[in-house]
Amino acid sequence: MIDVILSTDFFFTTIRVMTPILFAALACMVFTKGGIDSIGTEGIMLSCALAGPLGSYITKSAFGGVIIAMIIGALLSCLFGYVTIYLKSEPVLAGIALNTLASGLTIFVIYYATGEKGSTQSLMSPTVANVHIPILKDIPILGAVFSGHSILTYLGIFIMIVLAFFIYRTPAGLRIRSVGENPEAAKSVGINVIKYKYMSLIIAGALCGLGGAYMSMSYVSFFSKEMIAGRGFIGMAAESMGRGTPWGVTLSALLFGAADSLAIRLQLLQLPAQLIQTIPYVITIIAIAVYSYTRSKQKKKY
Amino acid sequence: MGNEILRMEQITKIYPNGVMANKEVNLFVNAGEIHALMGENGAGKSTLMKILFGIEPKDSGKIYFKGKEINTQSAAETIKLGIGMVHQHFMLVESLRVYENVILGMEPKKGLFTDKESAIQLVKDMAKKYNLNVDPMAKVSDLSVGVKQKVEILKVLVRGAKLLILDEPTAVLTPQETKELFEQLILLKQNGHTIIFISHKIKEVRQICDNITVLRGGRYVGTMPVADSTEEEISRFMVGRDVVLKVNKSPAKFGDVLLDVQNVSYINQENKKVLNNVSFQLKRGQILGVAGVEGNGQNELAECIFGFYKNVQGKIIFNNQNILEKSIHDIRTLGISYIPEDRIKTGVAKDVTIWENLVSDRIDSKELKQKGLLNGKKIRDMTKKLIADFAILCKNEDQQAGMLSGGNMQKVVVAREFSANPELLIANQPTRGIDVGANEFIWKKIVEQRDAGKGILLISADLNEVMELSDSILVMCDGEPAAYFENSKDITEYELGMYMLGIKKQTEQERRGA
Repeated sequence: MIDVILSTDFFFTTIRVMTPILFAALACMVFTKGGIDSIGTEGIMLSCALAGPLGSYITKSAFGGVIIAMIIGALLSCLFGYVTIYLKSEPVLAGIALNTLASGLTIFVIYYATGEKGSTQSLMSPTVANVHIPILKDIPILGAVFSGHSILTYLGIFIMIVLAFFIYRTPAGLRIRSVGENPEAAKSVGINVIKYKYMSLIIAGALCGLGGAYMSMSYVSFFSKEMIAGRGFIGMAAESMGRGTPWGVTLSALLFGAADSLAIRLQLLQLPAQLIQTIPYVITIIAIAVYSYTRSKQKKKY
Repeated sequence: MGNEILRMEQITKIYPNGVMANKEVNLFVNAGEIHALMGENGAGKSTLMKILFGIEPKDSGKIYFKGKEINTQSAAETIKLGIGMVHQHFMLVESLRVYENVILGMEPKKGLFTDKESAIQLVKDMAKKYNLNVDPMAKVSDLSVGVKQKVEILKVLVRGAKLLILDEPTAVLTPQETKELFEQLILLKQNGHTIIFISHKIKEVRQICDNITVLRGGRYVGTMPVADSTEEEISRFMVGRDVVLKVNKSPAKFGDVLLDVQNVSYINQENKKVLNNVSFQLKRGQILGVAGVEGNGQNELAECIFGFYKNVQGKIIFNNQNILEKSIHDIRTLGISYIPEDRIKTGVAKDVTIWENLVSDRIDSKELKQKGLLNGKKIRDMTKKLIADFAILCKNEDQQAGMLSGGNMQKVVVAREFSANPELLIANQPTRGIDVGANEFIWKKIVEQRDAGKGILLISADLNEVMELSDSILVMCDGEPAAYFENSKDITEYELGMYMLGIKKQTEQERRGA
């Protein structure tokens, strides 16, 4: 059993399945920093997962598809923002509405576009390429684990680093954090609260777009219904487990990725499939329990 | 005057609901002085400052700053002119560091990034210049209230404010912190800053202010130099009442002691001693009014008795048993009812029906149950009767409590608490913000309870209410009893004002002997 886990395949798969969770978690992180409920992440990602292949089919380029997914993500995110900030509706309800809308609307749109109800397989839309990194790819073990991933995976890690600087080192990042935590205080020093709320909505929405596009243009080469399958929600959990810091969020996403990957690998063994499929969820529960425990211990210090 | 920095002339503001918050108010402030703006709660100080800051539009009047007429529309605009405000409720982002809070909205830049080094240096320099000892790297959530206030002052100074407004800055401070604050304010004054100091503590004002402007009931009373005025004069300007309501009541017949509060002290979560050695007795058939400027421990006193806090020192004897450390449920069962200060937050559940609110304290009672389930008919009969008895204006008992007007919502609370048939009723601001009709009704009900031999502890910031309704008056100041009058008719409002504002204080013997 040990050799099932300790193989380069296992680690390669971990990074592969971690990517959409990372995008979701980063999106949730930006939502949360801006003081916006991140419950709509799942639905926005699902819509973007469809927007990607359709966009790449229309523009005949994978790049065009990714950009269109990001734009759709930002638009839906702003719609959510408009409904909750301006019209002041209950965020949880608006989020659930967005998620339900996405699962219905995507099926409607694929049927309209392709005549099929389950997937966009027939479109044969362009997909995002995997890249082998020179030098790294020739190093034993490391090459097999870290090379050959989707461009979007490398982009995700790059964006994580950029976000770390953006949120903690730039004036705009500081303002987003202040607006998210205490809008009254931000307003009292003349900060345009709405502007920074929308800035975080657009960034988070675009991140959802990348996550969705990864699923349908890289993880597999087409959109199929309900393909996000809870990754948006796992992203929320990763955000909270990673305490909202870019590194913490990334590590949490990696942990969830490893759990998923483990479940995939263990299917090779003669174990009941149902049991194996529970692994990611069991690990989620354990991780959140550990997180809450350390957090409550921290609070008691005061 | 030649060196006038701020001139607010004939400011009038009437809120859409008809409340006249400011009527022809003047405020003239000289450059380089500490100017006190005084008045009781509701005197119109906050409104006047909101108008200055452009947060509330004024209906008429003119504002001049440094000789030029200004008409700002937002706080940000006003700050740019060089006017800064330290709010009573701090405007700080708790999870950020001190320097981040200070530079928020005016961050120095180095390329794309915030210039952290120069931001920290800026905070350090300012802190040193004005002797405001704070660590720029500390997280705001780890700071004490006093230090948070320093951060707020720094924030205002860094933005180049020449005129600083401090809204009741000492209300949240310990005596030690207050002393430190005053030293800093004097240093600011020496550096050429002008300060408007909002307060109702005469002693503090006399300590550091040059001139005083007094407001009362939204009107301008006058401005005078501190040096030429006595505490008594200021107090007379501040305190006064318009008798709007009178109460009809027979002379009180006091019975035996019902509630005996002995040496109660309480330190709140901000580590401030809000109650200091409070002792008094309340008898059956007595309405004991607790007077005081808000924030002098009256609310905490009520909440202590009703079991809101842990770690209260002293004894609270009710009917010969110590009720300290008992749960609210036990205290209710023993026969104490409570009308809380804030009907919307603690008085009612806004989103549920009137009948649900009315039974919320007694759903365990056998009378309302049948075979373990609630008996709908009995509940409806009871609530219908209460709605009729207490003249609650509503469609029916199924209406949401939150849909009612303030006065009727308060009647729901009063109906529930009175019908619990308590021996002691604690009424904390029972008539705040309600219409005259409901006010009169609630007073009448309170007097009825007294005549039935119940004890009533009335806490009110409304001087008229305390003086009219109470049989006896306890005055609280700074968390301590300042005076006690067995007969409320023995004291005039001016005298009461002096005890409330801490100018006079009875000795323990005087309080006991009275």
